[in-house]
Amino acid sequence: MSEATMDGFAAASAPAVPRAVVYNEVIVKKFVIAAMFWAVVAFLVGTVLALQLAWPAFNLGFSFTNFGRLRPVHTSAAIFAFGGSALFATSFYVVQRTCRARLFGGEALHNFIFWGYQLFIVMAALSYVMGFSRGQEYSEPEWHLTIFLVIVWVAYAIVFIGTVLMREEEHIYVANWFYMAFILTVAVLVLVNNVAVPISIYSAKGYTVYSGVQNALIQWWYGHNAVGFFLTAAFLGMMYYFVPKQAGRPIYSYRLSVVHFWSLVFMYIWAGPHHLHYTALPDWAQTLGMVFSIILWMPSWGGMINGLMTLSGAWDKLRTDPALRFSVTAVGFYGMSTFEGPVMSIRSVNALSHYTDWTIGHVHSGALGWVAFICFGAIYYLVPILWKRSGLYSIKLVSWHFWIATLGIVLYITSMWVAGIMQGLMWRAYDQFGFLQYSFSESVNAVHPYYVIRALGGVAFVSGALIMVYNLIMTVCSSTTERRDSAVAGG
Amino acid sequence: MFIRQETIEKNAILMLVLTLICISVGGIVEIIPTFTIETTIEKVQGVRPYTPLELMGRNIYVREGCYLCHSQQIRALKDEVERYGHYSLAAESMYDHPFQWGSKRIGPDLARVGGKYSNDWHYAHLINPQSLVPESLMPKYAFLAETPLETGLIVNHLRTSRIVGVPYSEDAIANASKDLLAQADAAADGDALLKRYPRAVQVAGKPGEPTELDALVAYLQVLGSMADLAGATPAKLKQ
Repeated sequence: MSEATMDGFAAASAPAVPRAVVYNEVIVKKFVIAAMFWAVVAFLVGTVLALQLAWPAFNLGFSFTNFGRLRPVHTSAAIFAFGGSALFATSFYVVQRTCRARLFGGEALHNFIFWGYQLFIVMAALSYVMGFSRGQEYSEPEWHLTIFLVIVWVAYAIVFIGTVLMREEEHIYVANWFYMAFILTVAVLVLVNNVAVPISIYSAKGYTVYSGVQNALIQWWYGHNAVGFFLTAAFLGMMYYFVPKQAGRPIYSYRLSVVHFWSLVFMYIWAGPHHLHYTALPDWAQTLGMVFSIILWMPSWGGMINGLMTLSGAWDKLRTDPALRFSVTAVGFYGMSTFEGPVMSIRSVNALSHYTDWTIGHVHSGALGWVAFICFGAIYYLVPILWKRSGLYSIKLVSWHFWIATLGIVLYITSMWVAGIMQGLMWRAYDQFGFLQYSFSESVNAVHPYYVIRALGGVAFVSGALIMVYNLIMTVCSSTTERRDSAVAGG
Repeated sequence: MFIRQETIEKNAILMLVLTLICISVGGIVEIIPTFTIETTIEKVQGVRPYTPLELMGRNIYVREGCYLCHSQQIRALKDEVERYGHYSLAAESMYDHPFQWGSKRIGPDLARVGGKYSNDWHYAHLINPQSLVPESLMPKYAFLAETPLETGLIVNHLRTSRIVGVPYSEDAIANASKDLLAQADAAADGDALLKRYPRAVQVAGKPGEPTELDALVAYLQVLGSMADLAGATPAKLKQ
C-alpha cells in the first residue's frame, strides 16, 4: 500500500479536512434518479424482446413494436442510459471527494450535461422506433444525434478533467484514472466510428464513410472497446471507490492497480477482430485480435483480484450489508465474464459459439452480473448519503432484490449456454450419410424452451429492480429514515 | 523514455496523453493496413453498385434492424459453405455502407439468399413469415407493402454514396429515377437497367407506385449473386 492511494483513500473517508469543500451533489442526485428510471426501462424492454423471441406474436404487427426496432432501444437504454447515467452520477461524486475539490463549472454547464444527455437518449430511442438507424450495433444513432452527443461529451470531459486539475490532492486517485481513460477513449471511438456523410442537411439519413471489411473492423474496434472502456474501465473506476468505502478497507494493492490499469488500456484496443473470426477479414487481423484477447485475461483478473482482496479482513460484512454483497458479486461476475470472453475469442471455440445465443448469454453475465450489480451496490450506498438519511429504508428488501436478481441472472445465462451450444452443434451436425443433419428451422424449434426460461430470468431481474426503486423511494420519503444528527455532512 | 508512475499520477494532462498513446497503438496497427494492403479486397468480377431500388431496399433492411437476427457473412467453415453457399468474400461487401455482416443468427444467414426463392415467396414471406415457415420467429412486415417508397431524394442517395466511394457513373445518377421505376415494375422495359446493373431482378410492384416492400425484395434478390465465383480461383481469393 503506497502513500498515493492512502492519500486518496483518506481524503475520501476522513471528514476532518483542513478546508471544508462543499461538494455539488445536486447533479449526482439527478443522475442517480435517471439511472434508476432507465434501469427499469432497459430491463422491461429487454423482457419484452425475450418474450418476442419465445412467442413472436408479442411483436404485435406494428412497425414500431417489431424486434428489429426495439432491440437498439434495449441495448441503448441498458448501456448508455442506465449505465451512462450511473457513470455520470458516480464519476461526479467520486471525483469531487477524491480530489477534495468542488465540481468544476457552473450550474448551467452541469444542467446542460444532464438534460443534454437525457435528451440524447430520448431522441435516440424515438429515432429507432420511428425507423432511423445507422445499422451498426451499439452505434445506431444517425449523424445529427451523434453531433449532439459529441457536444455533451465534450462538456462532460471539461467538467470532469477540470475538477481533476483543480484538485487539492497531490495524487490522482486510481478511480479517476479509469474514469479519465473512459471519457477519452469513448470520445475517440465515437468520433472515428461514426464518420458519415448526410444525404441532405435536412435529412437524418447518412452514409458511413467506411464500407465492407474496413467498416466491419472499425465497427468491432468500436464495439469491443465500448465494452472495454464504457462497460469495463469506467465501472472499474466505480469499483475502486465504492468497494473500499463499503468494506471500510483500503485497496488491496496499489502496485496491482498500476499494472492492470496500463495493461488494460493498452491491450483492450486490440481485441475487436475476435468478433470476425473466419469472416472475410484477413487472417492476420483475426489472429492479432485473438492473441490480445487471451492476454487480456490477465489485466482483467488483476482488477478482479484487487477488488475481491480488498475485502480481506472484512468478509463478515457480506453477511450484514447486502449492498456490499451486490458490489462483491459484481466483481465475481466480472472475473467470470472476463474468463469466458478470452475462451470464446479462441478461433476454434468461436467457430462453435459465434452467431449463437452463447454470445448473448456471455454479454448478459457481464451486463447484468457485473455492470448492473456494481451500479446497484453503488446506488444503495449513495442514496442515504445524498438525501441525508440515516440509512436504507429496508435492508431486508435489499436482500430480496439481491437473491431475485441473482436467480434471474442464473436462469438467463444457463439457458443461453444450453441454447447457444445446442445451436452451434446442430448447425454443424452431419448425419451418417454425410449430409447436414438439421435444417435451420429445427434449431429454432429446439431452443424454444430455453427462450422461455430466459424470459423468466428477465422477469425476475425487472422485479428485483422494482423492489429497489420502491426501497429507494421509501428511503428518501419515509419518516423512519430521518436523520437525527443533521450536522454530519455526507460522504 | 521511462516515466515514473508517481510523476504520471500527479499530472492529469500527462496521464491523458499517455493513455491516448496506449489506446492508439492497437487501432492503428490493425485498422490502417486493411486500407493499404491491396489483397484485403479479393480480385473478383461482377460486384457492382446497388441499383437505386436495391439501395433503397437496403436502407429499409438497415432501418428495420434485420441485421440483428440475420448475418450476411458465410464463414469459411465446411458446414456453413454447405448450408449457405460459397464463403463470403470481402469484395462482395465493398460497396456496403454500412456493412451488414451481423453477429447473431436468430434466423438464417442471408449472404446468398438472392435467387434462392421466387419474388412471390419473398412477398408472401415478408407479409406473414409464419404462413410459409410455421416455426419462424420473424415479425410480420405487412406494413411495408402499404408504405409508398420515398423516392424524392434518390439522386442524393446515389451522389452521397459516390462521395463515400461507390462508383456510380454520371449516367447512373441521371437515370436513377427511371431505373428505380423500371425495376419496381415487372412489366416495364428493363434493358437499360440491366445494362447498367447486370443481374438486377425486376419485382412485381404496381407500375409507377413502388412500395417499400418492392424495394426490400429487390435488395434480397441480389444478395450474394453479383460476384462471379465460377471464375474465381483460390489464388485469386487469397487475401
